Amino acid sequence: MSALRVLVGCKRVIDYAVKIRVKPDKTGVVTDGVKHSMNPFDEIAIEEAVRLKEKKIASEVIAVSCGPQQCQETLRTALAMGADRAIHVDIDSKDYETLQPIHVSKFLAKLAQDEKADIVIVGKQAIDDDCNQTGQMTAALLDWPQATFASKVEKNNGDLTVIREIDGGLETIKVKLPAILTADLRLNEPRYATLPNIMKAKKKPMAKKTPSDLGVDVASRQEIVSVEDPPVREAGQKVESVEELVTKLKDSGLV
Amino acid sequence: MKASYALRRLLSNNYSIQCHTKRTFYRSFLRQTVPLTSLRYPNLKRSGYSALTDKDLSVFEKLIPGRVLTGSSELDGYNTDWLKTCRGSSQVVLRPKTTEEVSAILKYCNERKLAVVPQGGNTGLVGGSVPVFDEIVISTQLMNQIISLDEISGTLVCEAGCILGNLSDHVAESGLIMPLDLGAKGSCHIGGNLATNAGGLRLLRYGSLHGSVLGLEAVLASGEVVDCLSTLRKDNTGYDVKQLFIGSEGTLGLITKASILCPQKPNAVNVAFLGCDSFERVLDIFKESKMKLGEILSAFEFLDADAIAVARDNLKLSIPIDDTFPFYVLIESSGSDGAHDEEKMNRFLEDMMNRGYVIDGTVASEPAKIQYIWSVRERIAEGLMHDGYCYKYDVSLPLSHYYGLVEAVRKRTQGNTTRVIGYGHVGDSNLHLNATSPEYSQTTMDLLEPFLYDWVAKHRGSVSAEHGLGFKKRDFIYHSKSESAVRIMNQMKQVLDPNGILNPYKLLPTVIR
Repeated sequence: MSALRVLVGCKRVIDYAVKIRVKPDKTGVVTDGVKHSMNPFDEIAIEEAVRLKEKKIASEVIAVSCGPQQCQETLRTALAMGADRAIHVDIDSKDYETLQPIHVSKFLAKLAQDEKADIVIVGKQAIDDDCNQTGQMTAALLDWPQATFASKVEKNNGDLTVIREIDGGLETIKVKLPAILTADLRLNEPRYATLPNIMKAKKKPMAKKTPSDLGVDVASRQEIVSVEDPPVREAGQKVESVEELVTKLKDSGLV
Repeated sequence: MKASYALRRLLSNNYSIQCHTKRTFYRSFLRQTVPLTSLRYPNLKRSGYSALTDKDLSVFEKLIPGRVLTGSSELDGYNTDWLKTCRGSSQVVLRPKTTEEVSAILKYCNERKLAVVPQGGNTGLVGGSVPVFDEIVISTQLMNQIISLDEISGTLVCEAGCILGNLSDHVAESGLIMPLDLGAKGSCHIGGNLATNAGGLRLLRYGSLHGSVLGLEAVLASGEVVDCLSTLRKDNTGYDVKQLFIGSEGTLGLITKASILCPQKPNAVNVAFLGCDSFERVLDIFKESKMKLGEILSAFEFLDADAIAVARDNLKLSIPIDDTFPFYVLIESSGSDGAHDEEKMNRFLEDMMNRGYVIDGTVASEPAKIQYIWSVRERIAEGLMHDGYCYKYDVSLPLSHYYGLVEAVRKRTQGNTTRVIGYGHVGDSNLHLNATSPEYSQTTMDLLEPFLYDWVAKHRGSVSAEHGLGFKKRDFIYHSKSESAVRIMNQMKQVLDPNGILNPYKLLPTVIR
């Protein structure tokens, strides 16, 4: 089999060093004027794709991001890390508010076919909605095998050998190509884009598509009822003696 | 949302924002015994202060019930400095909550001629925050209330024991930042920062604390409260008395409250991390950055290859770019317009690359990446402690001689040190030179001092740029200050603390010329 083409999903999310604030009307979180960056798991996905290319296993890495205009910044980061070209699926901000993994999976599935991708890599989940659905649904739509929570990927003949992170340990599986991978935290440590590559990235091609180009209906499938802050941690209490501790635990019905 | 939060924590723990671990680290090294300062410096004699009695303890217990700590295991942390180079033998730690309590304690100690050492987060690097003999420790730990924040003027009023990092978080809620930032922000107290006139990473942009502190309240040795807690920027009514306490290292009074002018938090921050092949190139880049980045330049730091090795080998941090360059530069820009700043930064970096000043580098505008890059620079001090003993120097030097000192010291101490590293605030002409060895060695010390201080004096530098003189450097004061200046300092000390109970054996030299 000749070298592979890899498609990578790169979601733009609120940077994980930023403190999240819930909107006063509880319809979502504040995103205006808030620093965004690439979903860290997608960064790992891009890194893996670029490493596959460096090992000559992959011939081309295509980065995809679905969302408003600013997603192009996220894609530039992917290009600076080593992706060859990018596709921005432009979603207007109103539709983006209710965009779900099902929509993104349809975009990715269509693009994987159009671009004749052999591997689609996405982060195992995005740190904003924590859905952990996109990779799996893309696999279902394409009817491709999937290797989720990957912590190591190797190519053997025509197959991929993938070590997966599962409860209590690791699982090694083999998948036939074409396949979907979802990247777990320990798959690799993403690189920092170097200055020459940041400059080169400015000249790499970035295509723009709309949902209708890809034949995907982005109508909302669900309604957000309420978004709430996690409960504030209550202050602890100090006790003077073991007896007092035991009494308090008994009083509150814990022992 | 909850899961997402947990995940963010997981991510940050895994490869970024290693939240400052000084405290836990501190506990682990206390298991090794640090020699008593009085034994390491046998020529130093205890001055004629009274010795602590049970009666004194009961008086303290009346003044601040339940906040008098005794018992050696509890006192270990208060007696030993962060660098584990100094250890006192204080028998008691007092933890007042209010200015009135500090006043009552000092009044009593002054009458009894009991020596005291004011202590904040105990992150000082010159042995200034721990007792030398048995001085009573007065900790500002419980004086940690934020009093007010005026969002329009940016004036923060708080108590001395507030932790710098907590203040940063608090003012950030109102879109402001603290005018100073340093590696120890997770533990250091603002009172200690003021008392030592701490510099740090933002000095280049926001100036020293002498400018950004608008007012403070301090208690003199007599117990008298000096109220200079102004919140005004302009106030030319006589001598500016508060300035006396800033940088006095607790020898003139104990700072209890402060009002500080906080700048607006910049909307856009970019950090570049660059590799270059000589120190001359570092200076070229600095010169160009002042010209090309102009008003958005907010920090200019450098690290040499040996400093990078500390981050990589001792702290297991991955270096954002190739780790084989002899010199690294960290440039931060802060401004109000992200697109404008980024364009400016990119143009500057492209130019530096094209001219060959910069061989390789990376640039980030995402907060998580920015924090990570900064952590490589900020955690060097912590990383050095893994080597064993750290000989720590903090000098100011004209940039033309700046790195020459590192080369001279490296050559002179070859074979007697684990490593000699140079890093610091090039933008402020402030060099951090550190040497390490597995344990304290008098031979190494004799090679370093007074050679290093003589070298600095010869090139018209300062033997202490931002750490202060404390206990360890006080006898080198004449390398940087004239006899007349030191005499005035001594006279001020006599006026404000005639019994000399406040932080003795610190700042002023053993012998006044």
